[in-house]
Amino acid sequence: MSTITKDGVSSPAAAKASPAKPRRGLRGSPTFNFWLFTGPFLIGLAIFVYLPILWSLYLSFFEARFTVTPSEFIGLDNYVTMLTDEEFIRSLVTFTIFAVFIVPLTWGTSLGLALMVNRLRFMRAFFRSVFFLPTAVSYVAASLVWKMSIFSGVRFGMMNTFLSLFGIDNTAWLASPDPPWYWLVILTVRLWLQAGFYMILFIAALQNIPQELYEAASIDGAKRGWQTFWHITLPQLRATSTAVILLLLVAAYQAFDEFFNLLNKTTWGRPPLVELYYKALGDSQDYGAGSAGALILTVLICLVTLLQGKFLGFGRGEESK
Amino acid sequence: MTTTTTPPADRVDRAAVSAKPRRVRSGSVIGSTGLYLATGIAALLFLIPFYLIVRNALMTDPEITGEEWKWFPTDIQWGNVSEPFDDPSVDFARSLWNSAVVGVLHTVGVLLFCSLAGYGLARIPYKHANKVFYMVLGTLMVPTAVTFVPSFVLVSSLGWIDTYRGLIIPGLFSGFTCFLFRQYFLGFPKELEEAARVDGLGYMGAYWRVVVPNSLNFFAAMATITFISGWNSFLWPLVIGQDPSAWTVQVALSNYTTGQTVNFHLIFMATAISILPLVFVFLFLQRWLVQGIAQTGIKG
Repeated sequence: MSTITKDGVSSPAAAKASPAKPRRGLRGSPTFNFWLFTGPFLIGLAIFVYLPILWSLYLSFFEARFTVTPSEFIGLDNYVTMLTDEEFIRSLVTFTIFAVFIVPLTWGTSLGLALMVNRLRFMRAFFRSVFFLPTAVSYVAASLVWKMSIFSGVRFGMMNTFLSLFGIDNTAWLASPDPPWYWLVILTVRLWLQAGFYMILFIAALQNIPQELYEAASIDGAKRGWQTFWHITLPQLRATSTAVILLLLVAAYQAFDEFFNLLNKTTWGRPPLVELYYKALGDSQDYGAGSAGALILTVLICLVTLLQGKFLGFGRGEESK
Repeated sequence: MTTTTTPPADRVDRAAVSAKPRRVRSGSVIGSTGLYLATGIAALLFLIPFYLIVRNALMTDPEITGEEWKWFPTDIQWGNVSEPFDDPSVDFARSLWNSAVVGVLHTVGVLLFCSLAGYGLARIPYKHANKVFYMVLGTLMVPTAVTFVPSFVLVSSLGWIDTYRGLIIPGLFSGFTCFLFRQYFLGFPKELEEAARVDGLGYMGAYWRVVVPNSLNFFAAMATITFISGWNSFLWPLVIGQDPSAWTVQVALSNYTTGQTVNFHLIFMATAISILPLVFVFLFLQRWLVQGIAQTGIKG
């Protein structure tokens, strides 16, 4: 970052830049301008992001039911409550199952779509739009379609109608945890909604791969198809893949809308946020325990993110071989 | 589509007859027919949910819930269009208005605050700029959704429940958007600003008169993305909009299913209407949107 400007020290146009001189005071100084640009944002960030987190930390040490003004200091009790709360622990398990499936599933689907769309010669923009369009739909709206039309547990549901062609009985997709068919509903709705977005990231990355690499490979006798995919395409997409997996994980942690709308108040299939929602804003309105839960979750997310970054970072050497 | 796939189909045979090892040439006809077939099937699967929304919205309930699955309504029920607006249980028009107000103000605010901050972080030489940047980055580690409990506590103690302020203001300070703007401005050609500075403009002047007008593509892309996420957000409006008059359209939609009787065509008509504005945004701004997402720097 060269120190262009003000004093005209480094500027060859210094002589001509004499009109800049009168503004050498406060208004022209980089420090003043830096705060002028970033100040409003930083104040907002402090009030609406940092302050809630700190307040939450404070609240989590207090008894705070039905009120946001803490009454009684109870130390780590809220943390103990949350960490021994079966439902909260179960929600973490639910999240883990969800992430284990949805992350690779979306990664594979969006990469697959990107590879397909990228190889098309005509109608490329058309197909890209089709796959991207679900991004415009909200989780709430998509959940309604999934729940009431595609996977509704009755005969007229699309999936049940389709399966009855093969003589398969009606399935109540969401109504019971055993067998856990609700996972199919939840995974497909999210896959449909987010695959197109990540496809765009992959397409951008694919177009950045230098064509010479493929030419060189074909001279070396590599067959088009799996060979070039494994040895050129995939390694070249490493950075994007890492970013996509990270974004997918963070997004999975925030899963709320589809679980809330598909499963309503069922006790199964509650990821951490839904669990916290009922804990903090449900009948008991326990803000102390809710805050403790939110902080536990935050720490977990930070750990997972850091670990994941490390893990994929270490993988670099092996993969590029 | 059929027209493009059939002609290659008979050339496939000829290729097979000539006994050439067909995997060698990449653009082989079999390959491209198969490719279009696979892409076409995937596209159909992706479009089915849209089709179902429209189908259900224009059917009668008995037809939707009938024994037999129907792909097309016998009689298109155009009258269904007004039904969400006539339904007394949910003030659907009001919820659309709320979403529009929240969506637009949210977008304007986010662009204003985040672009200024992003520019400051990217371009103004200040010795502690990096420290400030790490403060902003740190918030990315804490997903906004996780802070909804503490944020709710804050907003409710400010007395902002059920208000536009409560719905809009806390969401304006997006560390992620600020980060994206910073990345973008780092790649913005410096010469343009330097010329403006030499001509005697201050930082603010150069920013408004030179940087912003030359970055409209990126601003448009970010505006689209921000508007979409604002329009579609659910958890925060659900938490803040406790009175039905403060519901956004997503909260209203979610509430349809909790009523005593399920009114299928009404729910799907409301869903269709809620998606329509975004589909328009998509179709018109698609180019910017895709470009914007591709150049956000996520691709690392």
